[in-house]
Amino acid sequence: MASEDQQTIEQNYMCDPDADGGFVYTTVEAAINWMQKYSLWPMPMGTSCCAIEYMAAACSRYDISRFGAEVNRYAPRQADFMFICGTITYKMAMLVRRIWDQMPEPKWCIACGACACTGGMFRSYSVLQGVDKIVPVDVYISGCPPRPEALLQGLITLQDKIMATNHPLKDFFKEHSLREAPNAGTIRASIAVDGVSD
Amino acid sequence: MAKLTELQQAAAAKIIERFPQVKAKEFRGDTTLTVAPEDLTAVMTFAKHTCGFDMLVCVSSVDHLGEEPRYETNYTITQAETGANLLVRCPVAGPAPAVPSMVPVWRSANWLEREQFDLMGIEFTGHPDLRRIMMWEGYPYNPLRKDFPVAGKEFEQAGMAFTEVAPTEGGPFTTRPGATAGSREPGPRA
Repeated sequence: MASEDQQTIEQNYMCDPDADGGFVYTTVEAAINWMQKYSLWPMPMGTSCCAIEYMAAACSRYDISRFGAEVNRYAPRQADFMFICGTITYKMAMLVRRIWDQMPEPKWCIACGACACTGGMFRSYSVLQGVDKIVPVDVYISGCPPRPEALLQGLITLQDKIMATNHPLKDFFKEHSLREAPNAGTIRASIAVDGVSD
Repeated sequence: MAKLTELQQAAAAKIIERFPQVKAKEFRGDTTLTVAPEDLTAVMTFAKHTCGFDMLVCVSSVDHLGEEPRYETNYTITQAETGANLLVRCPVAGPAPAVPSMVPVWRSANWLEREQFDLMGIEFTGHPDLRRIMMWEGYPYNPLRKDFPVAGKEFEQAGMAFTEVAPTEGGPFTTRPGATAGSREPGPRA
């Protein structure tokens, strides 16, 4: 799915070798998606051992900055996506939801590990049985805890998903033709006159 | 080790001499005193100030469902200098169990008793700040009581919190026995 979209996007932009300053022609959509993809700032919602794996993924050996997601933002208003690493209890669920609500759009969510995905081994009175009950999850990572490679794979999956995002603007211009300004006729006439004088 | 046992026995004997209604039981060198709730404050104060048990290590509780008295609170007290332990159990009848708080004797009892209040629903009379500590304010149950299901109960607190009954089997991430760590790793299975 992702690779097919990738291909269409790659066909949509091209480099003009004759242009002076080295122009790149592309669609707004491809450019926005590409920029968002490589500047994801995570809000690390680390509550248990998956957060240790996240720390490993963020440090130099696995180096999450290769994928543009190394700027941890503990202030949700500056974050792009939420990395839910660990068990979420019902008591914590209120806070997770509140932090999620504080994050500005566009925002994404990765549920990392068995506990965040389904409650994991904690089938008990106190543990939320999957964070998808309170926030919309984009990518689920399995494992207990998942290895740092799995976290990176989850991040790459999220990037593919972002790359495949359709922005509403594109569909709008497909459905509605461009409207002319009230003075469009005058302008067109003046251009035509200039063309004749040349 | 033997010396520690002797210390504990001596302390228990000293307490029983002062409070004849207290019963002592020894098991593998550890002495357990059974104290009625109405004697608890006096016995504990005596244990601290006269017998040198200056540290309260643990407060726990037990629910003997179907027996009377239904609940009991357990205290582990220690002489910090020698390391001698004394276990004190205090049987308390339901349905609204109440025992005197130990906070006036040991300040460390504060959070320990709040935990028992939260999870077992035992009231500690005279506690300065008896609030829930694990579950949030407004949660209606005491989850460690024997008649509370392990999977939990459904509960909705509008705009604040909710709980659901946890499924006790199935789910997308399961483990199964295997020869290698890789095959035992929990993962998505069809």
